[in-house]
Amino acid sequence: MEQDLKELKIELSKNGIFTTTLEEIYNWGRKNSVWPLTFGLACCAIEMIATTMARYDLARFGAEVFRPSPRQADLIIVSGTVTKKMAPQVVRLYNQMPEPKYVIAMGACAISGGPFRDGYNVLKGIDRYIPVDVHIPGCPPRPEALIHAFMTLQKKIDEQALRGADRPRHLQADLPSEFPVPAFGAHGLEPAQNDEVFLAEQGNPLKVIQ
Amino acid sequence: MTPLPSPEEIKTLIEAGVPGATVTVIANGSPSAQHSLLLDHEHARAVAEFLRDHAELKLDFCSLVTGVDWPDTETTAKVKVKKLVAGPDGVEQEQEVEETRKTKVPGYLEAVYHLFSMGKKHGPVVLRLRTANRTDGTHLPSLTPVWRSAEFQEREAFDLYGIVFDGHPDLRRILMWDGFVDYPMRKDYVPPEDDILVTGVKA
Ligand code: SF4
Repeated sequence: MEQDLKELKIELSKNGIFTTTLEEIYNWGRKNSVWPLTFGLACCAIEMIATTMARYDLARFGAEVFRPSPRQADLIIVSGTVTKKMAPQVVRLYNQMPEPKYVIAMGACAISGGPFRDGYNVLKGIDRYIPVDVHIPGCPPRPEALIHAFMTLQKKIDEQALRGADRPRHLQADLPSEFPVPAFGAHGLEPAQNDEVFLAEQGNPLKVIQ
Repeated sequence: MTPLPSPEEIKTLIEAGVPGATVTVIANGSPSAQHSLLLDHEHARAVAEFLRDHAELKLDFCSLVTGVDWPDTETTAKVKVKKLVAGPDGVEQEQEVEETRKTKVPGYLEAVYHLFSMGKKHGPVVLRLRTANRTDGTHLPSLTPVWRSAEFQEREAFDLYGIVFDGHPDLRRILMWDGFVDYPMRKDYVPPEDDILVTGVKA
């Protein structure tokens, strides 16, 4: 059925008739105007800033408008070391963003604690508290890597079906859009991770988009 | 630029200027040869003021305060002792026996101050203060009233090593949050078990 429709569309377009679906228009619009939050945490943020400048020009992907308020942002690029003292604020910022919202964890620090993972003060990956869409390894990842992550995210947005059980979180009323903010405990953050979100803890493999 | 007097000379100056103060020169064997002066708690404030106001030294800038943790150590030594030992015939005889003896050297916490002179352009003079032990006697006199620049760094040493600076105007944790109870830079600090490499599910 899907395949038939696709072929029909191609056939029609060959004859000068343009057809589309609401889903396609909706996702096309969303993926080309992802507005990131103006937000950087450590050295990786410098690479993120470079990505937005003329040489790498993130504006080509419709993401040049870094919003200084979470209320206007669609994407949070966690670029840098998340200290335990900062982690609750990162989760809070994410909670304040309206759906649909996405997360890129940029750099070794944001995905696992990186060079500081044995330290007493660094969170071992922001995916413990918020759902991360794209992980970028590297210390720091080059702007090309961030652009690649961005294109990966665009692909992900483009592939989201608006109906069916797989539809994105913002179209499922019973799924949460806010996540518990960890509290400062006597020895570290409490809880140490949110088991609902933290895939590694559930033994789930991460979905790889190629 | 005036050459800085040697630690021994500074010690003599202090002992002349602050009656009763005990100063020990702690030699540094490394190539840097930055010898330091260990002060006693009671006179530390007076010595600090003396160093700051002395016409020749004028150590008006404290560039660094840091903590050092010296954990309890245990040394084992073999000692020969004379003892009464029962011989094969049942008669006790005095014999030399080797025994291993363990001596516990209690650890302490240390605060280190680096002083410079802006006017005289010399330094550093390194001061040390040692606590009585690592558990209940972790108090030191604060030198913040003498050098304001020590305020945040003494707070840091309090936060990370648990050194309590008496006389500090605002002794609170500075890097960790208020409810935190550990002292993470102490050598026996155990971080919380939150590593997935330990607790995670193996693929
Ligand atoms: S991953 Fe490397 S470059 Fe990025 S924030 Fe961490 S230490 Fe800095």
